[in-house]
Amino acid sequence: MTRFRAALAFALLLLLAAPFVLPPYYVTLMLPALAYGIILLGFNLLFGYTGLLSFGHALFVALGAYTVAVMSGRLGVKSLEASIAVAVVVSVVVAVPVGLLCVRYVRIFFGMLTLAFGMLFHSFLFKFYNLTGGDSGIPVVRPSLGGMDFPGLDKTAYLIGPFYFYSLALLLVLAYLMWRIVHSPFGTHLRAIRDNPRKAEYVGVRVHAFRLLAFVISAVYGAVGGTLLAVPVGLADPDLAYWTHSGVLVFMTVLGGFGNFFGPVLGAFVYVALQDQLMSLTQYWRFALGVVLILIIVLFPTGLMGLVERRHSRARPVTEQGDA
Amino acid sequence: MAVFLDILLSGVFHAAVLFLVAGGLQLVFGVQRIVNLACGAFYALGAYFGVTAVTFAMSLGAPAYALLPVLLVAGLSLAVIGPPIERLLRLVYDRDEGFQLLLTFAIMLMSQDVFRFIWGSTPRTLGNLSLAYGQVNVGPTLIPTYKLLVIFASIAIAVGLGLMLQKSRFGRIVRATAENRPMIEALGVNSGRVMVIVFTLGTVLGTVGGALVVPTAAASLDMIVDLVVEAFAVVVIGGLGSMRGALVGALVVGLVRSLAVFYYAEFEMLSIYLIVIVVLIFRPTGLFGKPLE
Repeated sequence: MTRFRAALAFALLLLLAAPFVLPPYYVTLMLPALAYGIILLGFNLLFGYTGLLSFGHALFVALGAYTVAVMSGRLGVKSLEASIAVAVVVSVVVAVPVGLLCVRYVRIFFGMLTLAFGMLFHSFLFKFYNLTGGDSGIPVVRPSLGGMDFPGLDKTAYLIGPFYFYSLALLLVLAYLMWRIVHSPFGTHLRAIRDNPRKAEYVGVRVHAFRLLAFVISAVYGAVGGTLLAVPVGLADPDLAYWTHSGVLVFMTVLGGFGNFFGPVLGAFVYVALQDQLMSLTQYWRFALGVVLILIIVLFPTGLMGLVERRHSRARPVTEQGDA
Repeated sequence: MAVFLDILLSGVFHAAVLFLVAGGLQLVFGVQRIVNLACGAFYALGAYFGVTAVTFAMSLGAPAYALLPVLLVAGLSLAVIGPPIERLLRLVYDRDEGFQLLLTFAIMLMSQDVFRFIWGSTPRTLGNLSLAYGQVNVGPTLIPTYKLLVIFASIAIAVGLGLMLQKSRFGRIVRATAENRPMIEALGVNSGRVMVIVFTLGTVLGTVGGALVVPTAAASLDMIVDLVVEAFAVVVIGGLGSMRGALVGALVVGLVRSLAVFYYAEFEMLSIYLIVIVVLIFRPTGLFGKPLE
């Protein structure tokens, strides 16, 4: 456990120091990784802890991105906190009915139903040009952070300075919250539902209600991450809701290791870095990513965190119940 | 009346192609229990290879009416990619569904770049070669004969497949493998071999579907991901693993799409997903599906 704490402190130190030591390009590269970190923390509550594989989670990411785009670009509300608050409300409003319908099913049917809802939203974004800007999307105007506009900073300075620390702080707060959630009795209930829903129900766990709650929490995390994802890009477009984007979310989670609390966050960073490096090397980066994915699935199904854990398994007690 | 026939025919043509791809998806799901996201890649491969094969045949001086046979042969010859891919999937047969889905997702990712490498990123078309067979009057409307031929070819394949699965010895083995694999192995059937053959058959249905559609639409990289969601809608509506379901699902999706395109284009895909969601809510196993376990 001490070693685990030390590793965590070290990672935190690296994240805090990054804007001061890394060249600006790499700092801007870390912004989507931070956003995906938040998204995947939520995603893994559903996938890793509750055992429900959503193939339409990009729906909520797009919801968050379009919220900040509409708020800043259309309505002129520049406060990012306001956008995030609205994104939380919107994602809950969408996730409750969608979740009510989806959590009655498990396994492949859950995956397919979520995929259908994701694609429903995508085709709405894509086809209703007057409302959503169609395939060109809605531009995101640079939001203010905590009421401050930073007029003296150009775009890069704004992104690698205040916005970076804003994203990092949000990730840390939400990670702490999620840690508390999965280590609460509620989190234990979710794992019980994952491992044996019938038995869980028999001993009094309200399976559907708890799955729904997990679904809504993960949707909120997705939407909050989505708002952060859209700001550096400066655009919310329908591709965010496309089913392949949901596939990428699953990819990142499995890459980092869904049996570990921090696995998905690590997966987000490694994926973003890997994609960037591959894209600068070759135009055929998708092929290389596919190869990486196949290797992970076939050889290291517990992901990168699984590799680390295996090496240190004798050094510290197992805190997570990985089922990979 | 003419408008109605136009909508009907374009819907049925679309359904004919969709049935082939979705049929392949169903076969593979029925026996291997894998939802194959790479089916869109097979479809696009069939389309690209079809363009290449037809261009090559024309350069050798083949007459224009050889179009359909050349495309069929091109689609069928792509059977060679089936066994190696099945070999890869075999690694995850007894793993979690998430891993199976992700593995086919990886194959799909890779295929996009393989096709980009071979055929470039600009769409490939066969121009208006599909008019080589002329046009026919169907009642008050005029449609390319080629589309009718594709509809007939698809019906013939559906009938052949149905007969094979219901009447032949191999078909009985395939159905038994889908039903109870340990039992079929206990009876001395090499189930690994059944899997290879079934997967290859599923692949060929996809590639033939792609090859047949290419004279009427361009072969492009977008086909891969776009088709997956449509084929997926077909199997969900029809019920996972059911061939009859694939047929009905394809007709529903094809007809609804052509109706929506005609009356309210914004609803083209939206209407399909709405149907999918309604079906999943009221009949999660689809119209003809059997419940899983």
